[in-house]
Amino acid sequence: MQKSRKGLVFVLIVICILMAFIPLFALKDAEFGGSDDGGSQIVEQIHKGYEPWASPILERILGGELPGEVESMLFCVQTGIGVGVIAFILGRFVQRKKDEEELKKYKEE
Amino acid sequence: MKNSEKLVLSLSIALALMLGFLPFTYAMHIMEGYLPISYCLGWGAISIPFVVWGFISIRKTLEKDSRSITLLALAGAFVFVISSLKIPSVTGSCSHMTGTGLGALLFGAGAVSVLGLIVLVFQAILLAHGGLTTLGANTFSMAIAGPIFTVIIYGICKKLKVNKLVSVFIATALGDLFTYCVTSLQLALAYPSQVGGVAASLMKFLGVFATTQVPLAIIEGIISVLIIMALETYASKELKAVGYIKEA
Repeated sequence: MQKSRKGLVFVLIVICILMAFIPLFALKDAEFGGSDDGGSQIVEQIHKGYEPWASPILERILGGELPGEVESMLFCVQTGIGVGVIAFILGRFVQRKKDEEELKKYKEE
Repeated sequence: MKNSEKLVLSLSIALALMLGFLPFTYAMHIMEGYLPISYCLGWGAISIPFVVWGFISIRKTLEKDSRSITLLALAGAFVFVISSLKIPSVTGSCSHMTGTGLGALLFGAGAVSVLGLIVLVFQAILLAHGGLTTLGANTFSMAIAGPIFTVIIYGICKKLKVNKLVSVFIATALGDLFTYCVTSLQLALAYPSQVGGVAASLMKFLGVFATTQVPLAIIEGIISVLIIMALETYASKELKAVGYIKEA
């Protein structure tokens, strides 16, 4: 990778992290609930007494809400599967390029 | 396209036309049970042809070069990761990104509709996030409308000769934002305000979904650019195979 690109990558990553965490520190009183819950509230506001006519399938099987800890675990599983696949594939690409370059050097010598 | 594929595609389009435009009389991810049943069916029906189109386009890409499957897996995994991260935003609530823009740029909007559908089913069943009844509507916003918008914006940037990475950023960020605009529109159509109707509702929903999404859309744009940069450096062969880089 060229040098200028490395710098760009670094700056972009820093911007991402800052953008993700600044609201957390800037808005100390906020609850940071999901915006889909915000959506449900507006539905109820427009349509007074609206009752959702279906409930999530897992809640029906469990007979109650999914515990928060378990929910975050399942979200982590989702992230984990994704990151695993991405890391595996990118790792192979990086190694392949290295091998190709070495082979080239070897042939030249 | 094979004959059998043509048949399935035209059947699904016919079904979409029939169901999609019948029951629209009253009334980000949309929550389970929060969309009247006629809308659930309508959006679902509209989504079907796109998903079928997606399957066909994925098969074509793989027929052309079977090695493209690694990039396809990467794009799918990207949607998985990105849509699982709930990030705090300036409005004081959390939302998550869609991640469908990257796949749309690499494989076209059709293929992403399949990838997005897989993620939405996972979240609806296991995470009680989104929902099975609203699957059609959510697929339409996140896996169809957003990616198509991304591809269009990217095409415009290309015509205007904008720098490639900048175009990737603009296209994926706007595609992400557009997804939430579509979600707002879907809710507004289903729940018009008593005063002001659909337009007033739309402004309310946009206020919640779109403003929360702006910073996240920017983050998604940046991450997509990072992935594209990595792929350009290490996987130019694959990028050529899927047609993202033109053969020199």
